[in-house]
Amino acid sequence: MPETLMAALDELAAAYQRYATTPEFQQELAELSRFYAGRPTPLYYAERFSRELSQGRIYLKREDLTHTGAHKINNALGQILLAKRMGKRRIIAETGAGQHGVATATVAARFGLECVVYMGELDMARQALNVFRMKLLGAEVRPVTSGSRTLKDATNEAIRDWVTNVDDTYYLIGSVVGPHPYPEIVRDFQTVIGRETKAQLAELAGRLPDYVVACVGGGSNAMGVFTPFLPDPNVKLVGVEAAGKGLNTTEHAAALAKGKPGILHGAKSYVLADPDGQIIEASSISAGLDYPGVGPEHSFLKDSGRVEYQTIDDQEALDAFVFLTRTEGIIPALESAHAVAAGMKLARKLKRDEIMVINLSGRGDKDIPTVAATMGVKL
Amino acid sequence: MNRVAMRFEELKKTGRKAFIPYIVGGDPDLTSLPLVLETLVQSGADLIEIGVPFSDPLADGPVIQAASVRARQNGCTLDKLFSTLTPVAARLPVPLILMVYYNQLYLRGVSRFLAEANTAGVAGLIIPDLPPEDATELRASAAALGIGLNFLVAPTSKEERIRLAAAASTGFLYTVSVKGVTGARHTLPPELPGFIQRVKTLSPRPVAVGFGINTPEQARMIAGLADGVIVGSALVQAIAEDPQLKKMASLARTLREAI
Repeated sequence: MPETLMAALDELAAAYQRYATTPEFQQELAELSRFYAGRPTPLYYAERFSRELSQGRIYLKREDLTHTGAHKINNALGQILLAKRMGKRRIIAETGAGQHGVATATVAARFGLECVVYMGELDMARQALNVFRMKLLGAEVRPVTSGSRTLKDATNEAIRDWVTNVDDTYYLIGSVVGPHPYPEIVRDFQTVIGRETKAQLAELAGRLPDYVVACVGGGSNAMGVFTPFLPDPNVKLVGVEAAGKGLNTTEHAAALAKGKPGILHGAKSYVLADPDGQIIEASSISAGLDYPGVGPEHSFLKDSGRVEYQTIDDQEALDAFVFLTRTEGIIPALESAHAVAAGMKLARKLKRDEIMVINLSGRGDKDIPTVAATMGVKL
Repeated sequence: MNRVAMRFEELKKTGRKAFIPYIVGGDPDLTSLPLVLETLVQSGADLIEIGVPFSDPLADGPVIQAASVRARQNGCTLDKLFSTLTPVAARLPVPLILMVYYNQLYLRGVSRFLAEANTAGVAGLIIPDLPPEDATELRASAAALGIGLNFLVAPTSKEERIRLAAAASTGFLYTVSVKGVTGARHTLPPELPGFIQRVKTLSPRPVAVGFGINTPEQARMIAGLADGVIVGSALVQAIAEDPQLKKMASLARTLREAI
C-alpha cells in the first residue's frame, strides 16, 4: 500500500477495534439487519432440486432474499456504521457485478452520505441495470477505462481516490480483499451468513452439514458462510472459483487454481500474474467473480487444506443457472450459479441423509440480459 | 556507501540540490531509452528515476499510467529493460534508480530481482507500495549488493513512520508532496513547506520531494527546503507530446536552472 494510506489503515483498524464490538454498535447493526436488510435469511430445503440430483438433502442459504438482492448488504451496513462513527462524510466503493455498488449506494442513501462508485467500463455495459440502480440511489458511478476495465481496475481507481481524499473519505471495500484490516472486517460482517446457517440447520436437522459450498471471487460470501464451520472438522468446505472459458485457456478467474503468491491491492495472496509480475486480466461470465486475486484468508485455507477449492466454467454455471430456475423457481446470480454447479456435481456423491448447504449469495435478475444474450435471445 | 547516497554527499559538498527526473522505462519504446537517459543527463539530471511499466500502477495518475501502457504495448519486459540498461548505465555519470511496484519484485524473487538490477547497473530502488515494515528481506539483499533503498513518507505520515522510513532508507527519503497520485498540480498544498521542514528535522538521510511538481517556481521553492526535487509526469507528458525529446530536454533544463 502507498504510504499515504498507512495512517488511514491504522485509523480504520483502531476504529474497528473500538466500535465494532460495543453492544451499542452490535445492536444497531442487528436492528438494521433485521428490519432493513431482511435478516435472518431463510435456510431453504430445495426438495425438488435435491431429488433430481441426489440421495441427500440440499439446502440453499437464501442471501438472494436480502434487501438489494445479495449478501453484499451485510458488509455495507456494517462498514457504513463504522464510517459514520469515524465521522467520514464521503463513501467510495469499487464494484464488479454492481451488487456491492448497489449495496453501498443503498446504505449511503439510508445514512445521507455522499457516494462515489468506481466501476469498470466493461462491467457497466454488462450490468447496465445495476448502474442505473446506483444512480437512482443518488450515487455517482465513475466509469473506469484503464486496464481490463473490470473489478481490478475499479479497485485501483478507488484506491487512487482514497489516497487523494483520505481525510474525509471512507473506502467501503466490498470483499475480503485489500490491505489489512479490510479482509478481517469484511469477513466479520459476513459471518452472520454462517452463524445463521449453523443455527438454522441445527433447528431443522439437528446437526451440522456435511458440505458447505460457496463461490469465490474475492471471496466474501464464502468467508462469511465458512468461518463458523472452520472449527468443525467433519464439515467439508468447498470454494468455487470461475474457470471462465476453461482453466487451460487464458480466460478464467481462478487465482487459487492457477495463480501464484503475489501482491495485489495491498494483500499477499494468490494472484494471476505473468513471470514479470504483470497482473493478468481475469475473465468470467459473471462480473462479480472477474477478479485476478482472491482474499488472503482463502489462500491460507487452500494451503492449510481446510477448504477444498474447485472451479466451474461459464457453461457449467449457465447450465446450473437454468437448472435451479426450472427445479425450484429460484433464479440465482451467475456468481452463485458457480456454487450451484459445483453443488450439483457433489450432489451425486451425497449419501442418504447427508446434507449439503449451498450459499445462494445473490439473485439473478441483474444477469438476465447476459444470460439471454448467451441464448441468442434479444430482449 | 551506495551510489545514491554518494551522489547526495557530492552534491552537498558543492552546495547543489539534486534534480531527479522520472521517466517510464521503455516509453515510448526501449530503443529510445538510452537517448532519453543521455538527454536527461545533458539537461542537468543528477540522478534519474526509471519507472518499471506495470499493469496496475495504483500510486500513479493518468499520465504515467498511459506511459506504462505504451511501454508494455511496445514490448518492454523486465528482461529487456535490464538488458537495455546494462550498457547505458555503465557509461552514464549519474545513478539510476528503478521505481518498481512490489508485485514485480516479489514474483521475480527479491534476491534475484536485486541481483539482476545490480548487474544492469541500477544504483537504487523505490517501491511505492511497500511500507518499510514489510521490507526486511529486501533491506538485507539491497545492503549486501550496495543498492540504495529510498522509502516514502507522505503528508499523512506520523512522526514515528517518518523516523521508520528514514531509518530504512539508505539513499534518500522520498517525500510525497501531496495527498494523491502522481501528476502535475497547478498549486502545491500550503502546508508543504512546513511538512518538508518537519521531515528534514526527523531524517538523517537526504530528503527529495516528488509528486505534483512541474513548474520552475515550484521546483525552486522545494529546492530551497529539501535536498532534491523529483519531477515525473510533466517530463513523461513532454515525451508523449514530442518523441524527438526537444520538449522534454527544454523542460528539464528549465527545471535544472530553477533548482
